[in-house]
Amino acid sequence: MTVHEAPHACPQQALTLKDFKSSVEPIWCSGCGDFGVLQALQRALAELGRPPHEVVVVSGIGCSSRLPAYTTAYGFHGVHGRALPVATGLKLARPDLEVITVGGDGDGYSIGGNHFLHACRRNVNLTYIVMDNRVYGMTKGQPSPTTEADWDSDAAPGGTGVKPFSPLAIALAAGANFVARGFALDVKPLANLIVEAVRHPGFSFLEVLSPCITFRPEEMEWKKSIERNAVQATADRAAATAAILGGGEMATGVFFKGDRGSYAEAPKGHGDAEKIAAKFLVA
Amino acid sequence: MSTTRKSVAIVIAGSGGTGAITAGSTLLATAARDGHYGLMTKLSGAQVRGGEAAALIEIGPEPIEAQPDRFDALIALDWENIDRFAPEIPLDGDSLVFSDPKAGAVPPVIAATGARIVEMPFTALAHSVEGGRVNMVGFGVAATLAGLDDDAIEAAVRAQIGGKGEKAVAASLAAARVGEEALNALGLSFALPMGEKKTRWMCSGNDAVGLGALRGGIEFVAAYPITPATEITEWLAVEMQEHGGRVVLAEDEIAAINMCCGASFAGVPTMTITSGPGLALKVETLGLAVAAELPMVVVDVMRVGPSTGVPTKSDQGDLDIALRGTPGDAPRVVLAPMSIADCASTTEWAVNVAEALQTPVMLLSDQSIGQTQTIIDIPENRPAKLRRLTEPFAEGVDFRRYALTDSGVSPMPAPGRPGTQWVADGLSHKESGHPSNAAVDHVAQLNKRLRKLELFDWGDGWAETFGPADATTALVAFGSTVGPAKEAARRLTAAGQPTKVVALRLISPLRKGPFAAALAGARRVVVVEQNASGQLYRHLLGEKALPTFAESFARPGPAPFRPAEIVAQLETALAEAAE
Repeated sequence: MTVHEAPHACPQQALTLKDFKSSVEPIWCSGCGDFGVLQALQRALAELGRPPHEVVVVSGIGCSSRLPAYTTAYGFHGVHGRALPVATGLKLARPDLEVITVGGDGDGYSIGGNHFLHACRRNVNLTYIVMDNRVYGMTKGQPSPTTEADWDSDAAPGGTGVKPFSPLAIALAAGANFVARGFALDVKPLANLIVEAVRHPGFSFLEVLSPCITFRPEEMEWKKSIERNAVQATADRAAATAAILGGGEMATGVFFKGDRGSYAEAPKGHGDAEKIAAKFLVA
Repeated sequence: MSTTRKSVAIVIAGSGGTGAITAGSTLLATAARDGHYGLMTKLSGAQVRGGEAAALIEIGPEPIEAQPDRFDALIALDWENIDRFAPEIPLDGDSLVFSDPKAGAVPPVIAATGARIVEMPFTALAHSVEGGRVNMVGFGVAATLAGLDDDAIEAAVRAQIGGKGEKAVAASLAAARVGEEALNALGLSFALPMGEKKTRWMCSGNDAVGLGALRGGIEFVAAYPITPATEITEWLAVEMQEHGGRVVLAEDEIAAINMCCGASFAGVPTMTITSGPGLALKVETLGLAVAAELPMVVVDVMRVGPSTGVPTKSDQGDLDIALRGTPGDAPRVVLAPMSIADCASTTEWAVNVAEALQTPVMLLSDQSIGQTQTIIDIPENRPAKLRRLTEPFAEGVDFRRYALTDSGVSPMPAPGRPGTQWVADGLSHKESGHPSNAAVDHVAQLNKRLRKLELFDWGDGWAETFGPADATTALVAFGSTVGPAKEAARRLTAAGQPTKVVALRLISPLRKGPFAAALAGARRVVVVEQNASGQLYRHLLGEKALPTFAESFARPGPAPFRPAEIVAQLETALAEAAE
């Protein structure tokens, strides 16, 4: 068997945000909430102390999914909606790496919805950060699963008439081991949430309200309506679900920290295929 | 009429729960222990559990690579719906049909074959033995009919049934013995000549693909259940418990191939396993693996399509999607094992090629190869080990994951290695891996991906040629069509029409020069394949790899190709040409 072991050498000096800043210029619109998430992630990674080569940032397709190239970590920018299976395969093949999955609401909740459910259920030790701006930005403004039913757009004049869903409640129901909500423009508290999510074992889900300045300019008002420190973390899944469904959808903080066991480790065998081949022999 | 082969072909059939398949497996296992080769195809009704089942077995002292043209005997443990299988069990006036008078009249479709009906009271014989079961009486009749040795019978019963305890073994052996005695009393025999006693392999193609994966170094498998491919996943899931490595049951086909992308990126040889409908779902990500240059093996055990088709029967209609089923230009490798015996080494080669070229490799098996049980000589040929290039050309300079090398292959370090961080991306990219929509970058990277396939040293494993060097007729085939084509070529050659088979293992990229050389001397070239659209024929035509006079013999599944059908087609086409 191949032995892969990231060196885990403690860096000579403490890491800083700069160690995770790449030279690639983001394609995001000026004022996009995703800049805040990028900065919070870079801060969090520095605090976590894993050097960039021991970290992999995985994404699908969409504005926020362009993020991997903007860090100095290893990265994977895959196809639309499939970031979580990529991250799952990666982490299961290489448990020694820190795997952070990022993406948007369309990518994660719509085309990737099935993977979201099963990633929560499987509980592999991963962190999933969804930048929710309640719109498809890259294709210029279509409603997503978290868009308000009456939001008017060319793709759905007068609104879709379909109620948005609660990703946090679904994550809890499906078995996620850590569920939290953050706000993109609260960079420091968001960085703290990311650190907490990464440190918590199992599948950690962090929804980040991230305004789209271009197609949802009204979301810039979120900074006034965000309810900070309004949430109390619990290990009681039912209580956390009640808090999510009963509370304000602008409340940020950690809702749930569970103690479910993570997905099992791979069997460690003798690695000798000829011992297996001998089972075909007949005489 | 009887074939010139020294073999006996027997069907054991019965309704749900009678254990016809167990009897068939035990017969095959007995033949193996008595020095014979063999082939067993299983037929079953549409029911998930129970329902009628039949084991179609041919055994003999020489290797057997195709389903027989006819069967010497049908052992009908009962007649409940067995006639549904009649089209797949060719019988004639020289065949014997063993029928239990208690099971009622022989169905007209069976009686109409002209086969000789022999009364055999399976139920009464089974009841004469404590714990006796009809299937083992039928097994005893079959083994005795083939002249198999008592020691081999006992060893095989112990191997197959030993897990159920000594009592079950004793009951099975006693039941087999009353079957033996009943047959001997009738004085009927198709006894085989002595086979050479030696150690052989008994396995299915699906098992052998699993072994090839382990030999190739596959450490991560992700798959979704699909007939007729699931047995590979299950075989690996069990054996990897002992061997090491991981099988993940993905939530869907798309998740499975994306998990492989992640594991492959992480530095681990990976495989996903599916059949046609699943391959259709994986196609988008297959394109990602081509573009991001991620090694992986994608196994497609072909079944009859489109859509759900006939999940339990064989067809070769996925060649088009395997070759070209991706949006955009996505050059890829398509390999096909040409027999069950070829599955392990071709799968191992697929892993090597994927790793060496950093690209997905399609492995096209089919239901017939996958689910047929066989006794074969131990395959000796093993491909040379190849590994992925992981170390950068130079330290300290800006690392370029997709450097434009002469070979087209560039270093692919795994995460955890300091200083070489890169981003895998389905976007067109520059040498650095950073996205670019510039034509110059797209074309340069596409050419790199084409070049690595073209310049690779494919060696001589791309095909096998069987038959006389001076053959004037050449059959071109791949997958499970190769076996019957080889047998057809042997018969044509024996009949004075020297015929060879050029069996393709590497279907893409096509080795045009060596392929032309393999066809040299043939005044007739016939491409034989099990699909209606002539997918291999059109592929070869598109590559300008066929002479102008080449013919296509393409017909769809689910009926298996039999050697006699290919011989007849060649004779008919010849007669038509003469008119």
